[in-house]
Amino acid sequence: MSEFLQLLLSGLTVGAVYALVALGFTLIYNASDVINFAQGDFVMIGGMATVFLMAAGLPLPLAALLAVLAAVVVGLLLHRLAIEPARGASPVTLIMITIGASIFIRGVAQIVFDKQFHTLPAFSGSDPINIGGAAILPQSLWVLAGAFLLFAGLYFFLSRTLTGKALVATAANRLAARLVGINVTVMLAMAFGLSAAMGALAGILVAPITLTRYDIGTLFALKGFAAAMVGGMGSPQGALVGGLLIGILESFGAGYISSAYKDAVAFLAILLVLFVMPRGLFGSRSVERV
Amino acid sequence: MSRTATRRRVLHAAALAALSLTVFSPAIAADPIKIGSVVSATGSTAFLGDPEAKTLKLMADQINAKGGVLGRPIELILYDDSGDANKARTFATRLVEDDEVVAVVGGTSTGATMAMIPVFEDAEIPFVSLAGAIEIVDPVRPYVFKTPHTDKTACQKIFEDMKGRGIAKIGMISGTDGFGKSMRKQCLGVVGDYGIEVIADESYGPTDADMTPQLNKIKNTDGIQAVINPGFGQGPAIVTRNYAQLGMTTPLYQSHGVASKSFVELAGPAAEGVRLPAPALLIADKLSDDDRQKAVVTEYKKAYEAATGEPVSTFGGYAYDGLGLLVAAIEKAGSDDSSDIRDALEGTKAHVGVTGIYTMSEEDHLGLGTESFRLLRIEKGDWVADGAD
Amino acid sequence: MIDRILNSRLAPLLVLAFLVAVIPLVAPSNFYLRVAALVWVFSIAAFGLTILMGYAGQVSLGHAGFLGIGAYSVALGPEYLGLDPLVSLCLGVFVSAAIAWVVGRPILKLRGYYLAIATLGFGMIVSLVLNGESAITGGPDGMQVPRATLFGLKLSGSATWYWVTAGVMLVGAALALNIGNSPTGRALRALHDSEVAAAGTGIDVAARKLNAFVLAAIYAAVAGGLLALMNGLITPDAAGFMNSIELVAMVIIGGLGSVVGAVVGAAFLVVLPQALTSLHDYEQAVLGLLIMVFMIFLPAGIVPTLRRKMTERAA
Repeated sequence: MSEFLQLLLSGLTVGAVYALVALGFTLIYNASDVINFAQGDFVMIGGMATVFLMAAGLPLPLAALLAVLAAVVVGLLLHRLAIEPARGASPVTLIMITIGASIFIRGVAQIVFDKQFHTLPAFSGSDPINIGGAAILPQSLWVLAGAFLLFAGLYFFLSRTLTGKALVATAANRLAARLVGINVTVMLAMAFGLSAAMGALAGILVAPITLTRYDIGTLFALKGFAAAMVGGMGSPQGALVGGLLIGILESFGAGYISSAYKDAVAFLAILLVLFVMPRGLFGSRSVERV
Repeated sequence: MSRTATRRRVLHAAALAALSLTVFSPAIAADPIKIGSVVSATGSTAFLGDPEAKTLKLMADQINAKGGVLGRPIELILYDDSGDANKARTFATRLVEDDEVVAVVGGTSTGATMAMIPVFEDAEIPFVSLAGAIEIVDPVRPYVFKTPHTDKTACQKIFEDMKGRGIAKIGMISGTDGFGKSMRKQCLGVVGDYGIEVIADESYGPTDADMTPQLNKIKNTDGIQAVINPGFGQGPAIVTRNYAQLGMTTPLYQSHGVASKSFVELAGPAAEGVRLPAPALLIADKLSDDDRQKAVVTEYKKAYEAATGEPVSTFGGYAYDGLGLLVAAIEKAGSDDSSDIRDALEGTKAHVGVTGIYTMSEEDHLGLGTESFRLLRIEKGDWVADGAD
Repeated sequence: MIDRILNSRLAPLLVLAFLVAVIPLVAPSNFYLRVAALVWVFSIAAFGLTILMGYAGQVSLGHAGFLGIGAYSVALGPEYLGLDPLVSLCLGVFVSAAIAWVVGRPILKLRGYYLAIATLGFGMIVSLVLNGESAITGGPDGMQVPRATLFGLKLSGSATWYWVTAGVMLVGAALALNIGNSPTGRALRALHDSEVAAAGTGIDVAARKLNAFVLAAIYAAVAGGLLALMNGLITPDAAGFMNSIELVAMVIIGGLGSVVGAVVGAAFLVVLPQALTSLHDYEQAVLGLLIMVFMIFLPAGIVPTLRRKMTERAA
């Protein structure tokens, strides 16, 4: 039982990060129909920038804030310089652009930062808490709480604020949104900025547990993407559930079967979902987006 | 000179100019001795290749500032394979065919090394590898040498210590990266010689962020007296943290793969009490004055840390010894002829490096034994000599 | 005159044959032959994607997986089955085609992003298996590949491999051009433009797409096998995600649907790291930037854009 609980808790922690990345995917995808492969690199920027700002003498909260801002700037630039000029391009072209952006960000990061692993101090100590025989780090609670708050905040923003509703409207029908006076370009930029902020926050929350390096983005992007896919592209609830599900599956896979193929879990999940129920768990939109 | 030869030469120059924008270290007057290098300064093994590249550049500058070798400057031609064995092989070909180097030091990973070996063997150019696996020098190839301890030696050193402490049943958790896999195999091969039994054998992927599931299995196995973790990169740091998180108190042994300050930083307080075999380099300031390696180790540490602002690691040390061995061999041979350098390398006797004291022979192209390892323990965030002996 | 040659069906093949013949004459050393041989090898893999992406309009972000299957077959065949390396290569090509046929059916029902992601997932799984099954594949350190012999002649040395790869590349190019000009090619192009319209004219869309996918897998496996034989060693990064991305980048940078473009794109990406040696820290940033710039500003690719410029001038 304690083993089950241990696996469940560690799966939930990692899964919460996947969920945040998936949420970022969802936000951008809904607003612009772009699948942003540089999403994982926002996670990296969040963690790495905080590490280096702290090394420069800033306190954690300030360093974290600046790191999130840095990621938002990168997100906005990505939209303005790479996505906006290629408006109307095919999905493959857009994918390749964001993959190019991801490679570029990584390339710059290894020069601006360095090529070594780094860690952040845990926010509230590292003495494990015992829950039913399972040992959980206080930082895991931070990650879970952070993911939940971000999700709730996003939900509130999208459904209760005017700007949020405008964003949803843009996602639903760009032309109609423009007709009712919504500035679509601003809305798209906002989606990129918000999504970058979420990725960066996830990166900061998880860096004390998983360590960070200039190239961790790819894996987070792929796992987060799998989560978004499993949950159903475009659905925020789907992103949350998909992320947690992939995290738990990986953890149980490693614990009960073999850790050699832990990373394969996410990709098998993608293929399975695509073949069996292409809309994912919560997807409602049509699969065919030609 | 015939016209075709001239034309070929012009074309050569043109092609070189077109293909390579390389700015080599500023040309020094006297005909330089060309030494080539291919390391993974970027890519997934950059944390190994980066200190190697920095060390090689630093040393080349130092040697030239002191007047070079045989009165000639050395020209270091350094390429980055970005962790790709195919690229490593292309650069190896470039070093041989185009740059016409007399000797090579490099090969960050075992894969890159193995990809380059045939090129240097065919061209009969001495090659000092910086990668760990024992296959590189076993069986011995005439032109291939290496500086890092083998994983087998590391296993032996660890098991020696365990035996001294009366440990007979252990758990193992290893990385599935090349290093972890190779060391796991070597450890399982020699563990019986020490009367020790591995009763739990787990693994984790190179990018895993949480090893509590695997450690939990080990923890729940009856009779475990110690755990050994072959691996490098961030994996061992996470294993060490999870080990503390799960409240495991049996001794934890890490490998020489994590012998750098960054491991202590990444693992944090959880690293306290962790034991590992490592070269003298890590405890440079604590070596006794009559230690034969003291002078070399202190000098390298000081120079590297001053030049880069980063703490030394064993990986940079491998590169230091690789180039050091080559330079010593060139001096001893009194020539820059590749086969003379090879012969001199094979005849290396008691070369004091930062990794250990090398004595090579026709049967041994590494020349280090278990005595080159010191068993260290982490105490208050620093290394201290430990060992049951 | 130039116009007529440019527009002739044989033109691309003549251009490539000319390059193959001239390079050894001007190459100052064997290193340049090695680089050229790598260009030919990656061109072969890119031809497959030219058919799949350029003709049929189906993307694959996991194509290095097939390259890996071809490459590992020449290592595994001799090791475990005692087969000749070249026989193993044929076997590998067959296995690759069979896997493509099985996997292709469900995958090719998907479109756009979903197809891209499914192929990506496939490629990742191949690379994870090659990394993970270290007892068989040697894991991340890779496997040694025995030297191949052809008619009693040992295939070794950059010059030999230059000619072997160039020969296979030319045959591959001829086949790809032939397919492009055949009814199959026209059918593929038709479904590229609109699957619904293509189906309306009686084209069996699913079967045609599957054909293109299997062909692309065959090209990739041949390229992988040659790469492994030439290097004498194969590591799992040949099947990795980055390699898949580079293959797609080759096709797109050179020019989608153009056989010469595939070679130009392959040359571009193979030579880039050699040209950037002094700036090796910036190599990744430059690669990423180039991919973005080409996608945004030159989505047609180098060769088609140049050709358009030339015909415009001639007119």
